[in-house]
Amino acid sequence: MAGSISNVIYQTFIRRNAVFLTTIFASAFAFELAFDTTSNKIWDSVNRGRQWKDIKYRYLNKDEEEEE
Amino acid sequence: MLARSALCVPSRAIARQSLGKTTTRASSTAAGAESASSPFYLTLTASLATAAAAGSAAWYYHLYGQEAFASTPAEEGLHATQYPWVHERFNKTFDHGALRRGFQVYREVCASCHSLTRVPWRSFVGTMHTVDEMKAFAEENEYDTEPNDQGEIEKRPGKLSDYIPSPYKNEEAARAANGGALPPDLSLIIKGRHGGCNYVFSLLTGYPDEPPAGASVAEGMNFNPYFPGTGIAMGRVLFDGVVEYEDGTPATTSQMAKDVVEFLNWTAEPEMDDRKKMGVKSVALLTGLFAISVWIKRYKWAPIKTRKIVYSPPVAPRR
Repeated sequence: MAGSISNVIYQTFIRRNAVFLTTIFASAFAFELAFDTTSNKIWDSVNRGRQWKDIKYRYLNKDEEEEE
Repeated sequence: MLARSALCVPSRAIARQSLGKTTTRASSTAAGAESASSPFYLTLTASLATAAAAGSAAWYYHLYGQEAFASTPAEEGLHATQYPWVHERFNKTFDHGALRRGFQVYREVCASCHSLTRVPWRSFVGTMHTVDEMKAFAEENEYDTEPNDQGEIEKRPGKLSDYIPSPYKNEEAARAANGGALPPDLSLIIKGRHGGCNYVFSLLTGYPDEPPAGASVAEGMNFNPYFPGTGIAMGRVLFDGVVEYEDGTPATTSQMAKDVVEFLNWTAEPEMDDRKKMGVKSVALLTGLFAISVWIKRYKWAPIKTRKIVYSPPVAPRR
């Protein structure tokens, strides 16, 4: 069973070099997106309320009220 | 043949005896009894050599080994207390609300004497202030223009790209206004002082109501135990309620000192937030890569480590 699965993987992704390279580049791109998104989310939750994006609503809203 | 071996044996036994004298073998044979007691001059020489070595080491330590204190404890200054700064933890950013309050303290209290020349107005935008607020702050100050057609330099209101102007024209003017003492530029003061945040906080909050008995305070100076030399030209400036915070935080002395210290840490290290985030990310990635490399090493070495080398002797041909 496992042999057939690895065989499928080999046939689909590894056998042809162009496909193999494309797989590597695409998965690197996807990994970086996923890694950055996740780690930024964790970072923002650890630092909740401390960063500018957490407190800027106070000051931006005030400006809009003044404009109105 | 027999006689020769009989001659040889005692000499070999003696040689072995003298080599292994320090071990317990000495008592096992009677032959070593004479050589076991060393002559007196050997003991004397060894004792003298040991005494000379120990003495010269002690003399050398006395000359060069001791820590030298050029200053008295008063000149050294009281060592600052360690405070648990949240923004100094490896996974915490600056508290940008505190930065905003700290900038208010700087603007309303410190800026009358201390410059902040390495910080441009633009660096506040998106960190603790909005663009419009910072433009308003920048326009309150005048800057020189480029020379016009007549070669004259005029004044223009400040822009976001300008740096915060210093309160005095030059060092001499600053000294003249402060009784000969130069207020240091605060841009990098947290990096530039031993103790960093702890020192500046202790200095700002450490002014006693009156100098302790026996302390000599020069004319025009103030007593602060944390300042090296204890005589500081800057007086206590942070009193409860000197500043009125817009977010309603009670403006106690320690609150203002804490906020302005965090703000000054930001001016010294504006890149800290990004640096820490990037550091955490790269440590996480490198941990994963290290785990993979360990796995690959074990994978490649498994057949080598687990193989068994067997020697099968050639079968002797039957006769």
